[in-house]
Amino acid sequence: MESFLLILRRDFRLAFRRWSELATPLMFFVIVASLFPLAASPDASQLRDSGSAVLWMSALLSSLLALDGLFRADAEDGSMEQLILSPAPLGLIVLAKILAHWVVSGVPLLLLAPLIALSFYLPADALPTLIIALALATPTLSVLAAIGAALTVSARGGGAIIGLLVLPLTAPVLIFGTRATELAVTGESTLGPLYLLAALAVFALSLGPLAASAAVKVAME
Amino acid sequence: MGFVRWFHQLASPPYVYRLAGRLAPWFAVSGVVLMAGGGYGGLVLAPPDYQQGDGFRIIYVHVPSAYLGMLAYMVMATSAAVGFIWRMKMAHGLAVSAAPLGASFTFLALVTGGIWGKPMWGTYWQWADARLMSELLLLFLFLGYMVLRASFDDREKADRVSAILAVVGVVNVPIIHYSVEWWSTLHQGPTIARLDAPAITMDMLAPLLVMIVGFTVFFAWLLCKRLQGEILDREGRARWVEQLTGGASA
Repeated sequence: MESFLLILRRDFRLAFRRWSELATPLMFFVIVASLFPLAASPDASQLRDSGSAVLWMSALLSSLLALDGLFRADAEDGSMEQLILSPAPLGLIVLAKILAHWVVSGVPLLLLAPLIALSFYLPADALPTLIIALALATPTLSVLAAIGAALTVSARGGGAIIGLLVLPLTAPVLIFGTRATELAVTGESTLGPLYLLAALAVFALSLGPLAASAAVKVAME
Repeated sequence: MGFVRWFHQLASPPYVYRLAGRLAPWFAVSGVVLMAGGGYGGLVLAPPDYQQGDGFRIIYVHVPSAYLGMLAYMVMATSAAVGFIWRMKMAHGLAVSAAPLGASFTFLALVTGGIWGKPMWGTYWQWADARLMSELLLLFLFLGYMVLRASFDDREKADRVSAILAVVGVVNVPIIHYSVEWWSTLHQGPTIARLDAPAITMDMLAPLLVMIVGFTVFFAWLLCKRLQGEILDREGRARWVEQLTGGASA
């Protein structure tokens, strides 16, 4: 537990010292969503229909982008080897890194998402559900992206293929996330998809770090 | 005791090479016979469907392909996991051999589904359909696996990293199954997996089952041949390969 908190604190400090890496995925999220009306149409009813899809797609892509370098810096400067050698279970260390990354990249995304949603004319009543759905979905996305980052940490071409590996696996999150948002927009009960998102998050958080740590270990061999 | 010994023998490349070589002709002959029989039964003997006419007959290719895409993924993930856990090179070899086969069968299932969909649904592609979508995702999983492997120069590292991806991806296969129930879609419900009263008559069903078995045996034949090639590629410098090829290997 002690090493968990140490890693958490270390990664927070590193994240705030390299603030540009922290800001990039968020700006990416906002820019992708803002460019969408240029590609489609600025028509209010059309934007309302596609708003939740645009939000979820941009959130998905930005969380992939955010975790691309999760292990690379540590692998390059040798600290990953030390983490593997440490007596603390590697899965726990990886979970700490994912959590630290989620707090600095996922939480700001939760705060920005309502602004984007309002600009897409989604009703204000739907915003709490949107935030809850994103809060339940982004940890799953972070875990999946972390697995991708771990698999590609020593691959040729590095992070460019993360999307290829991880995006097909994010389909359930996307389905239930947009479903919850659409139900909230029409004012229906959103509990079903929210429970499923929570179930996916529990599943991903309990098994994902193990897969990611196994991949990191292989990559560092 | 006998099983343990056999399991250990499976770690030996020359043994697996000979085993695959010995099994392959049996699979080839029975696969061709079963597919010819099932094809004749499906295309000639089975009566036309009362709604779809002769158009339904594409299921004799479509259903076995879709099934084999998933079976190939299970074979790939299982043998990759075995290879990862017990560090068996031959199991990794089997996983590598299964991947392109699975991708091809999945692609075939998508293409035949599109050909069937055009006259039946009026469109080649129907985004609203859960099974089409999950079949497409399965294809992406196969391709991701192959791309990940290709981006490592070190074969052993590629084996182990891609094994993790295969095991992670296997989570998607149950989702493929349950997506049929999660979403109510345009696609007709499953017609075989109802044991009490199949929604399809026996003279349509029997050729389909024969085709599925035939496709599976055909897949096993291809898998044996690909595994043999993979073993030769991996063991190119071993003495038994040089004896086998008369020293002609690279």
